[in-house]
Amino acid sequence: MKTYSSSVYVNVEKCNGRMMCMRICPTEAIRVRNGKAELIVEQCIDCGECIKVCPNRAIIPATDSFSDLSHFKHTVAIPSPVLYGQFGRDVTPEMIQGALLKLGFNEVADITGACEAVSLAIREHLENYTLRKPLISSFCPTIVRLIQVKYPDLAELVVPFESPKEIVAREVKAQRSKELGFKEDEIGAIYLTPCPSKMIDIKLHPRKEKSFIDGAISIAEIYSSVVALMAEMRNVTPPEVSMNNVSGIGLEWTMLGGQTASLQMENSLAVDGLKNVIRAFEDIENGRLRDIDYIECHSCPEGCIGGSLTVENPYVSRSNLIGLMKRYGDEPKRSREEIQGLYNKKFFFTERRLPVTPRQRLDENITKAIEKMRKKDAIYRNLPQINCGCCGAPNCGAFAEDVVQGVAQITDCIFIYQERLKATGQEMLRLLNKKPGYIKD
Amino acid sequence: METLFSQQFLVEGGDFRNAGNASTQIKTILKQIGIPGEVIRRVAIAAYEAEMNMVMYAKRGVMTLRIEPMKVEISVEDEGPGIEDIELAMQEGYSTASPEIREMGFGAGMGLPNIKKNSDEFSIASTVGKGTQLSIRIRNRVVQSE
Repeated sequence: MKTYSSSVYVNVEKCNGRMMCMRICPTEAIRVRNGKAELIVEQCIDCGECIKVCPNRAIIPATDSFSDLSHFKHTVAIPSPVLYGQFGRDVTPEMIQGALLKLGFNEVADITGACEAVSLAIREHLENYTLRKPLISSFCPTIVRLIQVKYPDLAELVVPFESPKEIVAREVKAQRSKELGFKEDEIGAIYLTPCPSKMIDIKLHPRKEKSFIDGAISIAEIYSSVVALMAEMRNVTPPEVSMNNVSGIGLEWTMLGGQTASLQMENSLAVDGLKNVIRAFEDIENGRLRDIDYIECHSCPEGCIGGSLTVENPYVSRSNLIGLMKRYGDEPKRSREEIQGLYNKKFFFTERRLPVTPRQRLDENITKAIEKMRKKDAIYRNLPQINCGCCGAPNCGAFAEDVVQGVAQITDCIFIYQERLKATGQEMLRLLNKKPGYIKD
Repeated sequence: METLFSQQFLVEGGDFRNAGNASTQIKTILKQIGIPGEVIRRVAIAAYEAEMNMVMYAKRGVMTLRIEPMKVEISVEDEGPGIEDIELAMQEGYSTASPEIREMGFGAGMGLPNIKKNSDEFSIASTVGKGTQLSIRIRNRVVQSE
């Protein structure tokens, strides 16, 4: 069993305990102790909200840097289609790919074709699928983690498909090792990522032994180099890039509604933002949404273009990408028969089912869990319930649970602390005023 | 049977904005206790339908979650118009919902039949002009085996 590690870490020197991360965390995975933020790794779903709000930039995404890649004999950049929307309407994917080659990658592999193929394969899958609905998209690693941690009963609904980036990395490695004579592990497939959660998807893929992708570099990190290189190359014809068959349909993939649009199905929903996704999951659990076939879920508002490691405002990105989609057209690259053939050959499927790691249980033993639930309830009722956060927990409920689990002390609550102090003071006063027996009145 | 845990939830009639909150809280409690997923799924659906019925038809009501070693029980008691013909109300597709409620996607006449379908024991009593009481029991196989 893999032990879980997170896509973000806290830079203790920079952190000055302002608690903004703690308050925004959707899974209550952050506590502040001794004035510093601490991450409860098992509870973190890698959404990156904490990165966005930290005023001191003390929460660091665990992505790679360009210099980490020198040990590969052949490097392949796999840009998220989000990258294509970062630079303006007149900048084409080819120009960006050219800049990436100049930056030092041996090759750039476009994934929009794979995005399109996966979308169409989902449609095939839905036509063959007769069990519990709605199916849930599996391409936002944060959403997948959310299901593993908080909605284990929905795990069976997650589409059992690989992400387009994995499929491209798998195919490009197989091809290049044949053509160029390198071993597959000498080829470095590097994803250019809009968010830190993809990093975890790569390092600890939940549904297979090892990812075909070897590392991830944040779009924000390479942004300025790409801009500079594109300016240099303005009058040069872009060099040839492999797999550069950009798909107009695939360009839509990273935007809210991009997957469901290509499904052309009326009974599908596209949901963005963790709060809204959580609401949709609650609805599924309550037995609503049974008439819906498919839900596309994005943790970030507007989809991956709203990721925490992007540079451009997501609405501008969307407009840029829509411009590009018009340029590349909406004609599918592969015929339906081709997709059906690949689908039947299990080309799109993951190696194994999604494991669940529910984190909500108060105790492994039900009797003890009920006992803890009672205690938690009793503690909670005595708390001020104003969710001030001074104790270092995001709200009084989470604090009550921390006390029951033995990771916090009841006197960490400043109100309880004051009450105890007052009671102790009164007791001291009483003792001070009490005359010892040998003193006569 | 000994009650291991119980909690009450108040539901306001007509309060669609908060509709579903009680069922969500019930679900969270069951997850924290470690009740098996299939049991939670059935409780969630039954509790949600019962809660929606109160929001749609009643003035107000109380939903009580009770966990016993062998089963999870949801009892519901509302102040409302009551049900004239329970047998009819238990039929799939029968509904007295207003067109407004139907437009919101509710009131399809599946609520009570769905509650019954998801419970192991179900009973209903109602007095016209006063209110309705439901008792929903769902067996909890894991606690049973301990």
